[in-house]
Amino acid sequence: MAVGTVATRGRAARKRWSQTALGSWITTTDHKKIGILYIYTGVIYFFLGGIEASLIRLQLAVPNNTVLRPDVYDQVFTMHGTTMIFLFVMPTMAGFGNFLVPLMIGARDMAFPRLNALGYWLVFFGGLSLYASFIFGGAPNAGWFSYAPLTNCTPAALSAGLGSATFQQQAQAAATAALNGQSGCFAPGANTDWWIIGINLLGIASILGSLNFIVTILRLRAPGMTINRMPLFAWMTMITSFLLVFALPSLTVASMLLLFDRHLGTHFYQATAGGDPLLWQHLFWSFGHPEVYVLILPAFGMISEILPVFSGKPIFGYTFVAWSGVAIGFLSFTVWAHHMFAVGLPTVAQAFFATSTTMIAIPTAVKIFNWVATTWHGKLRFDTPMLFGVGFVAMFLIGGLNGAALGVVPFDYQITDTYFVVAHIHYVLFAGAAMAIFGGLFYWFPKMSGRRLGETLGKIQFWLMLIGLNLAFFPMHILGLLGMPRRQYTYPPNLGWDNLNLLASIGVAVLFVAMLIFIINFAKTILFTPANQPNDPWDAFTLEWATSSPPPTENFKTIPVVRSRRPLWDIKHPDKADWRIAAH
Amino acid sequence: MRFHPKTRRWAGVALLALIGAVVLSACDLGPENGANTMRPAGPVAAKENELFAIIMIVSTIVFVVVTAWLLISIFRFRARPGSPEARQIAGDNRIEIGWTIVPSIILFVVLFFTVSYMFALASPPTPPTLNVTAIGHQWWWEFHYPVQTAQGITTQIVTADEMHIPVGAVVHISLVSDNVIHSFWVPELGGKTDVIPGHDNALWLKADRTGIFRGECAEYCGNQHAHMDYTVHADSDADFRAWVANMQTQAVAPATDAATAGQKVFLSSGCVACHNIDGVTKPHPAIGPNLTHFGSRSLIAGGVLSNTPDNLTRWILHAQDVKPDSDMPSFDGSPGSQGNLTQEQINNLVTYLESLQ
Repeated sequence: MAVGTVATRGRAARKRWSQTALGSWITTTDHKKIGILYIYTGVIYFFLGGIEASLIRLQLAVPNNTVLRPDVYDQVFTMHGTTMIFLFVMPTMAGFGNFLVPLMIGARDMAFPRLNALGYWLVFFGGLSLYASFIFGGAPNAGWFSYAPLTNCTPAALSAGLGSATFQQQAQAAATAALNGQSGCFAPGANTDWWIIGINLLGIASILGSLNFIVTILRLRAPGMTINRMPLFAWMTMITSFLLVFALPSLTVASMLLLFDRHLGTHFYQATAGGDPLLWQHLFWSFGHPEVYVLILPAFGMISEILPVFSGKPIFGYTFVAWSGVAIGFLSFTVWAHHMFAVGLPTVAQAFFATSTTMIAIPTAVKIFNWVATTWHGKLRFDTPMLFGVGFVAMFLIGGLNGAALGVVPFDYQITDTYFVVAHIHYVLFAGAAMAIFGGLFYWFPKMSGRRLGETLGKIQFWLMLIGLNLAFFPMHILGLLGMPRRQYTYPPNLGWDNLNLLASIGVAVLFVAMLIFIINFAKTILFTPANQPNDPWDAFTLEWATSSPPPTENFKTIPVVRSRRPLWDIKHPDKADWRIAAH
Repeated sequence: MRFHPKTRRWAGVALLALIGAVVLSACDLGPENGANTMRPAGPVAAKENELFAIIMIVSTIVFVVVTAWLLISIFRFRARPGSPEARQIAGDNRIEIGWTIVPSIILFVVLFFTVSYMFALASPPTPPTLNVTAIGHQWWWEFHYPVQTAQGITTQIVTADEMHIPVGAVVHISLVSDNVIHSFWVPELGGKTDVIPGHDNALWLKADRTGIFRGECAEYCGNQHAHMDYTVHADSDADFRAWVANMQTQAVAPATDAATAGQKVFLSSGCVACHNIDGVTKPHPAIGPNLTHFGSRSLIAGGVLSNTPDNLTRWILHAQDVKPDSDMPSFDGSPGSQGNLTQEQINNLVTYLESLQ
């Protein structure tokens, strides 16, 4: 009895470690806290990737520049791509999904809270292991898709050159090894091993997270929240999760075979020993193309939440927006070889992939039309999230059109692997995914923190981003048409590339300023703005706005009952409630 | 909040200035006979450029229509004091079906052009009259012309950095790599094809006019991917035959004392470990370019430098500064270099190599 009292007193006097500020974040299994951790992590990596982008544009601002040595440049552009895809967009989208999906569907948490925490910490350590490479032996340096055999190293070839004293002997040993079919060490350092380890940790995290989302969405919806009444962001998160579960194993297999080649002496990708370098490309892109939609579908979901709220209308064509997402999901598994039109596939096979690429453009077009139609006859409020939403639609349209151009196969022979492709991916992932993420941050920040980000600074940031991204990425189309290949650490003058490169670099400088403004806005809001936001500051429609800002640990005092796609609209407009008008 | 009208006006001016800057920068299309895909010099590039025109027109129309629709919506339905309430419209299936069908039609028309052009370009209109093998190394291109008596080639030609073809001839180019993946691309003559170890890739080209066209490696292949360029010389028939005749001779003997001394430097300084000169060195598996007719080439060092005595001196002495990580070592006595050539040695060596016409 006495012992028990002492123990209780001890606990009361000295807070448990998991209740301290830091400890509570490290040990949390609350989906909202995990979501915020994901978003912080993603945004920090976004700034790291942005610094890498700035270094790239600094080096390419003028011809024959010498800011970065070629080996450093290769690490920087590889880590820029890897960071932005695997450490910025994916974790940030997972963060929004974690924070929002349980709130949106009226659940108290994700289905597997501890699995959720494990997923986050795998991302944390996966990111660290990718960046630790800078300290331990060099960062990955073969591009974000790590084509074999540039990433390959057969142990036999490694030993053939060793032990020979002079350069000539080594060179001759290498030539002899080549003649004997033993060549194949193009990446002797640990760079690629770090990439494989990091990517696989992140991949495991994504699969765990995806299974969690699928179960949560299918099993934990509030009473009355049928699949067809679910917010579109939840729809897109569900489709994204299915894509990851089916696409990631292909990347795991590809990278493990590469690891075997590099360390166990197998020859999966080594042509001289009967392997095939193209095996890597097929395996990688059968992950890589669904991956592109993994990055953009959650952005589609965010835009489909923001545009209706700030137009004061329901989304136009809910069913078509949702099911075009499903169509994109299925088709995304049939288009991988459109990254490989120049590898010499049979013409008929290329025609197949040209056709599937054409088909995947149709549901994407349907989405864009529905977004514009959502604003039609609305009452549009241009708060910062709406600016990003509308900006997304216009800019993503360019990313869709230049993507369709890349599917025109003979034209693709000219522009694939040039700056035209760089322009395309940035219109999709920067003007698309990153714009949507900023729109989402401005929109959901009050819900996450109880504070509202500054509108004036937000608008300045938006306009600088819009100008900066067009200045940075539009000239890249022309550079590609003028014959500039991508991934060059420098270029000669007088090929018509000089001014356009300078312009692109100026554009990145503008984007840099825009990001500084965001950091100022964020710091100002966190430090000086009172946490006084009401439940529903934007006059919104979905369930996350039915609870306090920020929400309590259990999310809702009582689980709400849902009768339509816009439960909050129904409460605020009982006479015009959606369920009175249509039976959906 | 809303911005002051003056702020908006300035924003508008700034936006126009930006568009102007992009347009003006794009006006510099590079030199005649450079790397501009929009200035085709052969039927392959011309067909590909036609498709660019088609997709460009279609894209522009779609962009203008959708953006105009969005802008009209923004200005017309922006919330103002007294503007009407939003209409609660949740969709319209007829409209949805309409705008599923319309882009489908547009896209499939484009697909029709795509596929028909693909098959038209898959094989040349007439059988090739010249065969060349292009070999991608890290990081330079080697060109082999196998024996073809019709073209006057009776012994195999081996050269680097520079490829010659006759104007008007359909050229079949076999693509070979024993290392990593490269991509063979001459933008003004046609699209690229990857050079993949273990794959018998090939492409065909034809030049409609004489000229020197820039060739590049288009697939990232390591640290010096940027410096893996070459030139394709589309020669008149007479010029091509003269080039072929010259390339089949053995290396000219040194004609001056300096050149003779230079040849000694070449044979004694380790150059032969990697380079062949027909008639001078014993043929052996070579890591570097064949130098038999080195003096006749316009580019050296994998297309990095033009072939002048000054550049060649710089290249031999400081190769690792000019092109870090290439297989060519420096000969300036710096750490890692394979020798320390004296001023006299390097002068003689350059004289000898430049004499190899």
